[in-house]
Amino acid sequence: MKPLNRLQMAWRAAQDIADGMVVNLGLGMPVNVSDYVAHDFDVVIQSENGIIGVGPLASANAADPDLVDAGSRRVTLRAGSTIIDSAASFAMIRGGHIDVTILGAFEVAANGDLANWDNRIPDKGPLVGGAMDLAASAQAVWVLMEHNTRKGAPRLLERCTLPLTAVHCVKRIYTDIAVISVEPEGFLVHQILPGISRDALQARTGAKLAFAPDCSDLAAPAIALPEI
Amino acid sequence: MAIEKRRATADEAVAGISDGATIMLSGFAGSGFANQLVAALRDLGPRNLTLVVNSATHRLANTHELIEAGMVRKVICSAARGHDKSGLSAFEQLYKDGKIELEVLPQGTFVESIRAAGAGIPAYFTPTGFGTDLAAGKETRRFGARDYVLEQAIAGDVALIRADTADRWGNLTFRHAQQNFGPAMATAAKLAVAEVRGFSDTPIPSAQVQLSGVFVDRIFVADVRA
Repeated sequence: MKPLNRLQMAWRAAQDIADGMVVNLGLGMPVNVSDYVAHDFDVVIQSENGIIGVGPLASANAADPDLVDAGSRRVTLRAGSTIIDSAASFAMIRGGHIDVTILGAFEVAANGDLANWDNRIPDKGPLVGGAMDLAASAQAVWVLMEHNTRKGAPRLLERCTLPLTAVHCVKRIYTDIAVISVEPEGFLVHQILPGISRDALQARTGAKLAFAPDCSDLAAPAIALPEI
Repeated sequence: MAIEKRRATADEAVAGISDGATIMLSGFAGSGFANQLVAALRDLGPRNLTLVVNSATHRLANTHELIEAGMVRKVICSAARGHDKSGLSAFEQLYKDGKIELEVLPQGTFVESIRAAGAGIPAYFTPTGFGTDLAAGKETRRFGARDYVLEQAIAGDVALIRADTADRWGNLTFRHAQQNFGPAMATAAKLAVAEVRGFSDTPIPSAQVQLSGVFVDRIFVADVRA
């Protein structure tokens, strides 16, 4: 079976979101997760610029330049939503009122350390945004990232090599080939893509993997990527 | 004498801002930028400014014009990127050459430091950033089972913010996500100037006011033709 594409990865993470959760979605791949949350769930999507209850993207004729999410996308409001200022929004984040934040990442370490803000791009200034606040204080931090870099290097490591976003924060990792949790003992695999052996997965990972007794196949429905 | 915070022009609204001032600019993701006030500040031309702005530059803001005009000595922000993805912007060139001072903070720390200044709190402990490069050299302390970083308040001389409607008392309402950093910045600056879409000749109903006019010194009704 082919590795999951980024929309299938978002779909897979969405399966673990429960009715009633308050969720913050990071820029890039994670924002797609909201498209796959069960329609009959009341899930509150928090955007750090203060929109509490982000709905689907706005249609072109309904788009409003003052109704934007943290990724500058023009969005709609869900029933029950409210809009607050940035100080209150980050009080909500820092105060532990976010159940789950789903973030992209460059690297995750076996102790839960997260590196997702500084990829050391030459000549570019640092861009941290709200990542450190979310990673430090959301009740759970889930990471959505490809298992390996384009060059094939592992992103799951014994220790991060890039600058940290927060220490000991990641609880789960959804990659294109596995679902993995971070336990006190390190990485624990819950699902693997059919066709990839445990040894092959270990070979593509930079830290020791343990396998859950109920470790199962990773599967997702076919979802086509939009034409670019 | 009756309170009247409205100013007739953007130039009058920014009058008196001087060299060396710390200027707070609201706005996020294209909403809440006081672009007409920033243009008037550029024309006024004070030098050696410190900007307190979430994104050092943004493609929908004109902050970069202050930087390109050589008016800015330092930027305090959470996102130190150019406004234009093609090549190096003026901000990035100055940063690369070490000609502009830069302080990068996590966004929640950025806004809480501003809020703290406006609320009379000189410093506070936050869990954000502990164990990262952004906390290097800062005092840390353990409370209970967690480690925290000591962060200092950030006060401003001037805040230039954008809102929806004002009345003559300076009371403000905001449209959708336009609030972002505006309310906190208005509280933290000695002179808070609001650029608004509309002016209400009657008082804004008390329960609808989102920022008390106590925190706002001058109002400029934006020119819709600009």
